[in-house]
Amino acid sequence: MLEIKNVTKTYNYSYKALDGVNLSVKSGEIFALLGPNGAGKSTLINSICGVVNFDSGNISVDGYDVIKNWRKAKTLIGLVPQELNLEQFEKVIDNINFSRGIHGKAPDNQYIEDLMKELSLFDKKENKLRELSGGMKRRVLIAKALSHQPKILFLDEPTASVDPELRKDFWEVVKRLKQRGITIILTTHYIHEAQELADRVAIINNGKIILVDETSELLKKMGEKKIHIKLNEKIDNLPDSLKKLNVEINGNGNLFFRFNSANGHNKIDDVLNFLKNNNYSVKDLSTEESSLEEIFIKLVEENRNELSRNL
Amino acid sequence: MNYRGIYSLYYFELKRFFRTIIQSILSPILTTSLYFLVFGSAIGSRISNINGIDYGSFILPGLVMLTILSNSLSNASFSIFFKKFNQTIGELFAAPLSSFEIVIAFVGASATKSMIIGLIIISTSMFFIDLEISHPLLMLFFLLLISITFSLFGLIIGIFADNFERLSLIPILLLTPLSFLGGVFYSIDMLPDIWRNVSLLNPILYLISGFRWSFYEISDVSLLTSLITILTFLTLCILFITYIFKTGYKLKN
Ligand SMILES: Nc1ncnc2c1ncn2[C@@H]1O[C@H](COP(=O)(O)OP(=O)(O)OP(=O)(O)O)[C@@H](O)[C@H]1O
Ligand SMILES: [Mg+2]
Repeated sequence: MLEIKNVTKTYNYSYKALDGVNLSVKSGEIFALLGPNGAGKSTLINSICGVVNFDSGNISVDGYDVIKNWRKAKTLIGLVPQELNLEQFEKVIDNINFSRGIHGKAPDNQYIEDLMKELSLFDKKENKLRELSGGMKRRVLIAKALSHQPKILFLDEPTASVDPELRKDFWEVVKRLKQRGITIILTTHYIHEAQELADRVAIINNGKIILVDETSELLKKMGEKKIHIKLNEKIDNLPDSLKKLNVEINGNGNLFFRFNSANGHNKIDDVLNFLKNNNYSVKDLSTEESSLEEIFIKLVEENRNELSRNL
Repeated sequence: MNYRGIYSLYYFELKRFFRTIIQSILSPILTTSLYFLVFGSAIGSRISNINGIDYGSFILPGLVMLTILSNSLSNASFSIFFKKFNQTIGELFAAPLSSFEIVIAFVGASATKSMIIGLIIISTSMFFIDLEISHPLLMLFFLLLISITFSLFGLIIGIFADNFERLSLIPILLLTPLSFLGGVFYSIDMLPDIWRNVSLLNPILYLISGFRWSFYEISDVSLLTSLITILTFLTLCILFITYIFKTGYKLKN
């Protein structure tokens, strides 16, 4: 559905924002682009959609080259940009109809009405954009991107500045879109979001794709969690049976251990049972996900090790 | 061609203009009326006819031109500047619209508004003078051609302007003086030789002269020269804007 071959993009003649990117996204899948700030996610998406010019390489959408066959390719694409850039003085409904219009599609009031209802925008359709909250504006952007019934949808950090509840709503919307056969590419900083939605994930850093994998595989490899257990009474010496379960003790006398939920059996039960049977009382329990940064560091180190092994 | 796309953009931009319709129309009507009162009636009554035309009638084509030039320029430059400013220009590049189609829509909307204002001024003048137009079709043709040309010019200014001050710099520094010195209020025959020759370097003179000919069949320079000047300027604008969109300069980086 989307083929990216060797794409490079340089800003201001020096800074390489994209450095030989290769990527292939299958029809009907949800694909997540994960990467830290400045990794090149937006640059890649904007290059595909024609918002910025890339320097070299080829991109095609559904077999149509985005340069040679731009008109056909752009008709298939819907884009939700990262920034909330909208015509602030226009009404919601006019903004959405405008998007459909410039994509060359005849007006279809029924479709637009259904779309607005699906995104809970219908009540607001006569409001001016500047009267809406940030989360609502994000919905308008999504409605605009879907207004011309695209086959492939790009979502650039769709859940930035969106509260947890809206985020869940949004995930539902994305899943429904997938059911309708729309291919979806989204960027995010949250591994959790990729885990919730994406079939496959690419990790991008410094304009290079470091890894592409099935989400489940990636989580197996990387998605480690840390559980912290605070006890009412401190223990100085860790009982052997806890040591066996890989539990460790930190400077404050609190316990922690690592586990990976994607790896089948985990030892949470065993640890908790042991504590209970030995009359330790648990004061607080918290989990900590490995952050994207930790995953990057791990990945970069692995890459380096592999390189040195191959040398 | 994405005709529906062009129309959508054209309509969207035109709507922006019409939201401020009262001030867009009232201001030129008021200004022109004042010109007619001050120059036409008060001072004009002391000026003898120019080439057999009474002074009020003589200045009408120049006044229309004055308004059309500045309106086309500001409409178009503001349109594109605004889209750059609120960063909604990206959605035009993401849409299946060619640069040519985008330009048509912007220029079309800007020129439409200018034409409307031009025609309103001409109608207003009927309260002050006996309106006569010898070549109405030619007059409309000039009006259209000049609206389009200066809308294109405005588009270029809007693309280059990085802030609001620059947006109004060219109209203030260049257009207003050139228009005033371009024979709105006098015929260059009334000037000493040297200033007459300097005036011939002013491109706006050719626009006003040609436009005036369509009203009264009098002109400072020949009709053909006027047409050639406008068409040359139009071609330059088209070439330049094509270059800008081809390279994405100032727009896509
Ligand atoms: N218009 C521009 N001019 C110059 N440099 C730019 C421009 N846009 C982006 N960059 C640079 O290119 C790099 C990639 O930026 P990009 O916006 O693609 O990152 P991103 O992965 O989307 O980051 P974020 O998660 O913060 O949105 C950054 O270092 C950025 O500073
Ligand atoms: Mg980004």
